[in-house]
Amino acid sequence: MYKYDQYDQAMVDARVAEFRDQVRRRIEGRITEDQFKPLRLQNGLYLQLHAYMLRVAVPYSTLSSAQMHALADIADKYDRGYGHFTTRQNIQYNWIKLEDTPDILADLAKVEMHAIQTSGNCIRNISSDHYAGATADELIDPRPYAELLRQWSSFHPEFLALPRKFKICVIASEADRAAMKLHDIGIRIVKNDSGEIGAAFYVGGGMGRTPMIAPCINPFVPLDQLVTYCEACLRVYNRYGRRDNKYKARIKILVHELGAAEYTRQVEEEFAHLQTQDIEPPLAELERISTYFAPPAFETGLSEEIDRSDPDFALWVDTNTVPHKAPGYVSAVISLKPVGGIPGDASAEQMHLIADLTKQYSFDECRVTHTQNIVLPHVKKADLHALWTALEAAGLGAANLDRVGDIIACPGLDYCSLANARSIPVAQKISERLSPRSAELGELKVKISGCINACGHHHAGHIGVLGVDKKGVENYQLLLGGSEADDTSLGKITGPGFDEAGIVDAVEKATEVYLAQRTDGERFLDTYRRIGINPFKEALYG
Amino acid sequence: MADLLRFRDDEPVDHPAVTVDAYLEQSNAAAVRIEPGDDARALIPHLDGLRLVEINFPAFTDGRGYSAARILREAGYTGEMRAVGDVLVDQLSAMRRCGFDAFEPDKPFDEEEAKAALATWPQVYQTAADGRAPIWKLRHG
Ligand code: SF4
Repeated sequence: MYKYDQYDQAMVDARVAEFRDQVRRRIEGRITEDQFKPLRLQNGLYLQLHAYMLRVAVPYSTLSSAQMHALADIADKYDRGYGHFTTRQNIQYNWIKLEDTPDILADLAKVEMHAIQTSGNCIRNISSDHYAGATADELIDPRPYAELLRQWSSFHPEFLALPRKFKICVIASEADRAAMKLHDIGIRIVKNDSGEIGAAFYVGGGMGRTPMIAPCINPFVPLDQLVTYCEACLRVYNRYGRRDNKYKARIKILVHELGAAEYTRQVEEEFAHLQTQDIEPPLAELERISTYFAPPAFETGLSEEIDRSDPDFALWVDTNTVPHKAPGYVSAVISLKPVGGIPGDASAEQMHLIADLTKQYSFDECRVTHTQNIVLPHVKKADLHALWTALEAAGLGAANLDRVGDIIACPGLDYCSLANARSIPVAQKISERLSPRSAELGELKVKISGCINACGHHHAGHIGVLGVDKKGVENYQLLLGGSEADDTSLGKITGPGFDEAGIVDAVEKATEVYLAQRTDGERFLDTYRRIGINPFKEALYG
Repeated sequence: MADLLRFRDDEPVDHPAVTVDAYLEQSNAAAVRIEPGDDARALIPHLDGLRLVEINFPAFTDGRGYSAARILREAGYTGEMRAVGDVLVDQLSAMRRCGFDAFEPDKPFDEEEAKAALATWPQVYQTAADGRAPIWKLRHG
């Protein structure tokens, strides 16, 4: 894992001091709320319906046990004993006091963490593949590139008042587990025909009210030009992104309105200029960072055997572990989706336990997934039963990865001031209703957003639910056929919306159509793609 | 100009700045004012004789002026670069990094607060227009 040096630590400490002073001036009335708002947002602090919410960055999804323990302590000390892991691979606390935030940031800085640019119209926390460094299908570990960009984007003086928020994702495998093409910039680390490593740039993707899949604007940017190329993409956006309408201000609209070819031309022109400006760190810096991500000392000669005599354990192994590049190891997924629970929530005790297990079984490293679960990336098969037993005892043993119970839901109207409808109770009801049929339904990704801003990624769900406001009453639209994987697609709305009870019935009906129509081995998404939306419409409205 | 915060030793230009369009038509003016929608690059062929560039921030949340300032510094402009308008103390450190060396805010800064703001960053992560060596350079010499 990356370790701060004196410089990184000094920058984060300076940020804490700066924000402490800004909070003091706000409380003393020396700055107005309008002036303070962008400052607090760029330190992760939102004003929600009932309290402040603090969003803490988990860069490229990686945490150590010490960091997880610190997150648990913050939940205990400053919140109501809970943290909420989000679809942006971050953690949020929903009950925070403004005057506590400088101390929380100081606590975070002690474990090399921060809330820098987790909100606001700036470059946000960089996300990555939660199986990075563990999966056999990656070209190389993508996280050193993400760390390079984390440093470049932190406090970037030119890009602190962009037209809108800006999200960057870096992956390094063909399989896309991070919804890379739904980011403002998606980067895939690739190898060209001469065997050199570089970066393919996808620019202008996003969800929200106008979901778009990012086009590839450059299939190969050499590694020693990565930062410069990002800077060119951002400068064109900062200068020409729309500022007249908040809903048209994301870079996807600029790329769409200019056309990908014209946007690319402008970026290339800016890039040619910026290459003369000495803004690219030397490759030695990338090498320095990469040494922190060297693979852990995997044991060799391990057995591949798993004792499957306990059927509950066997089920968990089948659903919640994924293959690892090292023989005798797997990546194990800790589900934060108990049946009927709040997706992504973890109590302080659970976080402490996860931290201990991280240290004991996974080389002191865990990951936050954008599906709101936790991964222990490097677990010996021989340790799985002990791990599962500890998880079960803490209510963390749900065997439902990518199953109907593994629902993504945004905070919705229970917390969020932008919401049209509640997301959490709908998730809980769908989970309760359909979890008993989890095995039969197989892979099925349900995603719920409480408004069109799409924090719950409803466009990318095999089944998506979107909360809307219908004359002051909460109403839910159903979408089918989205995917955020390699075969990225956007879901389609089936028709008129439903009330809260109705949407749960509607989701169940959609699964019944699937069960009736599927052929051998088809997932819900495959059946939908084969038969189209009409059979579902008939069942729902016919 | 009592409220002008300036980090230069030369005499300030004493006549008002003209618009970019006006400057491009009658380039004997020594001061120009850039609005957020103006293309700063249009000035690049005409930098000789220019001694003051004012960049206007009608709203502090509109960050186009940061790019305009850097672009002109990158093109070799060494005259005064002044941020005017809705310029707040909490933007000073970033603006200095982008090449601004004078500030004429609608509401004057508190002197102590301005001093603190300018001392925010012990080091910096990026190359920008202020000549500070980025951290990667400190690490690798
Ligand atoms: S999708 Fe809407 S309701 Fe849900 S968290 Fe985002 S803004 Fe709030």
